[in-house]
Amino acid sequence: MSEGARRGTGRSVRGFFSGKWQWSLGIVLGSLILLFSGVMALLSTLLAPYDPTRIPEGLQGFSLLPPRGDHWFGTDLLGRDLLSRVLYGARISLLIGIVVELVVTPIGVIIGLFAGYFGGRMDSVLMRTTDAVMAFPALVLAIALTAVLEQPGLLSVIIVLTAVRWTTVARLVRGQVLSLREAEHIAAIVALGAGKGRIIFRHLLPNCLALILVAMTFGVASNILSEAGLGFLGLGVQPPMVSWGSLLAEGAVYLTVKPWLCVFPGLAITCTVLGFHVLGDGLRDVLDPRLRS
Amino acid sequence: MRNGSLLTVQDLRTHFFTGEGVVRAVDGVTLSVRPGETLGLVGESGCGKTVTALSILRLVPDPPGRIVGGTICFDGRDLLRLPEEEMRSIRGCAISMIFQEPMTSLNPVFTVGEQVAEGIRHHQKVSRREAWDRAVEVLRRVKIPDPARRAYEYPHQLSGGLRQRVMIAMALALGPRLLIADEPTTALDVTIQAQIIELLTGLQEEMQMAVILITHDLGVIAETADRVVVMYAGRVVEEASAEQLFETPLHPYTQGLLESLPKLEAGKRHRRLTAIPGLIPNLLDLPTGCKFAPRCPKVVGDCWPTEPDLREVRPGHWARCILA
Repeated sequence: MSEGARRGTGRSVRGFFSGKWQWSLGIVLGSLILLFSGVMALLSTLLAPYDPTRIPEGLQGFSLLPPRGDHWFGTDLLGRDLLSRVLYGARISLLIGIVVELVVTPIGVIIGLFAGYFGGRMDSVLMRTTDAVMAFPALVLAIALTAVLEQPGLLSVIIVLTAVRWTTVARLVRGQVLSLREAEHIAAIVALGAGKGRIIFRHLLPNCLALILVAMTFGVASNILSEAGLGFLGLGVQPPMVSWGSLLAEGAVYLTVKPWLCVFPGLAITCTVLGFHVLGDGLRDVLDPRLRS
Repeated sequence: MRNGSLLTVQDLRTHFFTGEGVVRAVDGVTLSVRPGETLGLVGESGCGKTVTALSILRLVPDPPGRIVGGTICFDGRDLLRLPEEEMRSIRGCAISMIFQEPMTSLNPVFTVGEQVAEGIRHHQKVSRREAWDRAVEVLRRVKIPDPARRAYEYPHQLSGGLRQRVMIAMALALGPRLLIADEPTTALDVTIQAQIIELLTGLQEEMQMAVILITHDLGVIAETADRVVVMYAGRVVEEASAEQLFETPLHPYTQGLLESLPKLEAGKRHRRLTAIPGLIPNLLDLPTGCKFAPRCPKVVGDCWPTEPDLREVRPGHWARCILA
């Protein structure tokens, strides 16, 4: 009883995660894919067969090699091993995807909660701002910001993506709160003396958690895609740093004649994004408390 | 003003300011509740019962609603003058309210134990552990079987009757002096209804708590209420002890309500049920005189020009009808 009691009386948000989950195929499959990507990224220094920036001597003989025994993914124009570069790129791409999502989610959640709960003028101001950011082409903003920051690089990519990507979560949470606000259990708790803070953070927020978690997985995926887009335009991380986006950018020139330069980074992006999506779908099914046994 | 009251509502006016005009949902309601007493509040949907209850707790959605007049005196304090902060500490603590919909009145993502405990911790400085133990204790009091285990369950795992018991537990956890029960049994099966009513009356006696029971079910009123207030179109049309009301209803509206109830009497042929003709009037466009006149079977010419006052026809029995 005592251990169980401790669990039950734990903070409500933790209570939300307690209890048995029904493992779904999506969660298992998505987690496996992401585990693979994550391990590859974390262990890239150990796993990479070559230094990703090493330009071999006798460059002519190593430039733009197709995939073969000693270079599984082939080599690029400067003879650098593409497998090593994809592995090192994983670190940067995943880092950007996850960091941006971790920064963006609390911002979006707070904005969504406040807009949805308070409504009226607060809602108008916050949501019109959101609309404005959404309507503004992210790439133009990226170019402008990069110009302001003078040097494109890891930090500028994170800043640019953070500036535009909080809107999705904000909108989602606001929508959820709008319907929750009218829910009878909220009216009931108000009648029993709950104040605004308690309603927002102890009742509305936990009810949005499942949605937020699912949105985060999809968010990481789309951050990775956005980074690839920026990298492709040369606004991403700068050499010698490698990301999947910058690899795509380098390979794009040879797309028709040396397709592996784009295919392998592209596959890495596709697999990881797919992994996040599959995991997100799985979580969505499982996090509904009505499905928990 | 009646002496010894726990709650006195005097000339309460709650209006809703809508695009089409001012809806006078509650227009001059006066009622009082003595400690430990059950007051039945009866009337059709839309007559202002719920708005009266929400006004007492100052929970009328604003906008569009607003309490525009009257006083609500609880335990010597005028609730309408209290700052919101103090009002919050009264809600759930001194005055609690339970709602009609047990299926949706509990938060789906918390266990029922957490929900009861949270309310306790919100009003009193107790440890998490102690709040939990007290929550289990309250769940036991509302006769939930095996409360120590049930406390870990989520609302969707409980039946409607059990959920309503949890709602009652949340409302009673802090020992309120007044419980407002808004149609607490309407959404439940008849057998469960009887259990819940029995539970409520039992707890009321045990805790010496006053209850305002809002319902359109006169059967429930007959079983539980000490006094009854009948509302129509935002007004009190009749007030009496339950006995008086059922024996000699004075207002034609009350008479109509009683006649629309099926009666089971041995030896008598079952008569057809009589419904009150017509619909509750549009609150935006009320008749000038008696608001019930358009539907009243006994209407006379004098009913139309001015609205009759609520007067004490017999000791303790008030009615708003010139014929009474």
